[in-house]
Amino acid sequence: MTESETPPRKTKGPPSAVKNWIGVAPFLLFAFFFLIFPSLQLLVGSFTTEEGKFTLVHILELFTEPYILNAYELSIQISAVTALGGGLFGFLLAYSVTAGGLPKRVRSALITFSGVASNFAGVPLAFAFVATLGRTGFVTAILKNIFHINIYDTGFNLYSFAGLSLTYMYFQFPLMVLIMAPALDGLKREWREAAENLGASSLQYWLRVALPVLMPSILGAMILLFGNSFGAYATAYALTGGTLPIITIQVGAQIRGDVLHNPNLGYAMAMGMVFIMAVSLAGYSWLQAKTERWLR
Amino acid sequence: MSVASRIRKFPFWSWLWFILGALYFILPLYATLDFSLRMERGAIGFKAYREAFADLEFLETFGYSTLLAVMTIIVSVTLIVPTAYWIRLRLPEARRLVEFITLLPFVVPAIILVFGLIRVYSSPLEIPFTEIQIGTPLTMLNIGRFHLGTNILIVAGYVVLALPYMYRSVDTGMRTVDVRTLTEAAQSLGASWYTIIVKVILPNVRSALLSGALLTFAIVVGEVVLASFLGIPAFGPYLFLLGQHRAYEPSALTFTTFLITWAAMGIIQLVTGGQGQTAGAH
Repeated sequence: MTESETPPRKTKGPPSAVKNWIGVAPFLLFAFFFLIFPSLQLLVGSFTTEEGKFTLVHILELFTEPYILNAYELSIQISAVTALGGGLFGFLLAYSVTAGGLPKRVRSALITFSGVASNFAGVPLAFAFVATLGRTGFVTAILKNIFHINIYDTGFNLYSFAGLSLTYMYFQFPLMVLIMAPALDGLKREWREAAENLGASSLQYWLRVALPVLMPSILGAMILLFGNSFGAYATAYALTGGTLPIITIQVGAQIRGDVLHNPNLGYAMAMGMVFIMAVSLAGYSWLQAKTERWLR
Repeated sequence: MSVASRIRKFPFWSWLWFILGALYFILPLYATLDFSLRMERGAIGFKAYREAFADLEFLETFGYSTLLAVMTIIVSVTLIVPTAYWIRLRLPEARRLVEFITLLPFVVPAIILVFGLIRVYSSPLEIPFTEIQIGTPLTMLNIGRFHLGTNILIVAGYVVLALPYMYRSVDTGMRTVDVRTLTEAAQSLGASWYTIIVKVILPNVRSALLSGALLTFAIVVGEVVLASFLGIPAFGPYLFLLGQHRAYEPSALTFTTFLITWAAMGIIQLVTGGQGQTAGAH
């Protein structure tokens, strides 16, 4: 973000600084009332007892209450699996259409489709996967009739960890493609030529030149994918009906009816999610800043 | 060397990955389409679509969601365009703060946002650490049978969810036009601030606005978290409930939703020349 901002010229007399801030006041007020204040209320709630006194008990309980701990663990596992899987697959795809020698039209088709798929989530996505990999799904039937493999006999179940992960992958790897394609474009042809002139093999070029340059942006993108599935609620709810106790599902149950029998612990559970999301976004922007040194 | 160059001549692996990716994209859609066309035993037909579209509740909820999307777009444009404009023109020092706020929805996912909104607005506002309560809760604010307060809340929530996309769109749009010169030219011709924004700035960022609006539309129309927790009769919760006791109609609507998303993204691609979603790809 290096934009050359010319210093503000004064067009209509000397406006005071305070007067200028009035211009963004509606936006700031809106953000305060409908985003910041509600979040702060949850934050305050997680540090207070029901009588309104300050406490750290709820924060400590996050680490001892098995119900909450399991939910976090499951969410982190699913997010990590889909971030790694989606990240790897998305990277290979992005590589195929940038440096991989596929025609240009294939590339724009892939980018357009990725734009659609990364925005195709929630209830419709869950239904689409039921039609595909459910007990009577399209792919399930093909595998059974043509290859004589009944995936439900092998222990696979769409309404489980594996099934939800496969479903999340549908919006995960397209997002990776959208982030990595521009980054891969940043790899300069000269680097490869220089490496080859010095006698490097293709493998050496990748291990010693390309991957080190790309690494921050790959890691950053994977962190973004992690957050992307960590916060997802609708897809999981529509697919599993709330039987897979990931953290968003448990927060939802808490909103519907205080299942923890402690509203303040519920706020703490929500804040724990915000904390994890904030750490991953911070990690992403830090790595993104590192990337920009090379890939401009 | 020779192996490597031959591989580069016919990109076998690239095609393999691409075909795998294409299958992952297409199979679920094909499966949904295939299933939705088989409502009549032994025949392929659009019966599920006819039945789904004829359902009065579908028309009501889909209309409602469309209306919510339009309201969300109007509110976010009136909120974000003047803000982004003002930051470019007069207040560059507010840029970091505003950009930070527009990234917050990535940190506060929908389920947490609705939790916070319910906590704050479903009870009278209480000043912290006291028991003084002010006003009636927003969710109780009704005009006749119309739940005005809840509707204000959900549109506000949707504006928040769309904030990162809308702001980025508008800001990118303004980067390409010389806001300062346009403003000075308009001012020297005696235009008011209202005229400048509505007649000069808005037309110049219209393709950015269109892509932001379409993305917002795609987000809002199928949204289910805010709508179901706030008890709004929108399309998302309707589709979810339909899926509980019907088989073919939900598939028909799922495929339709996909087509809507596809149309929205396709138009974005057209108006921005591929710059819309890849954010900075050259």
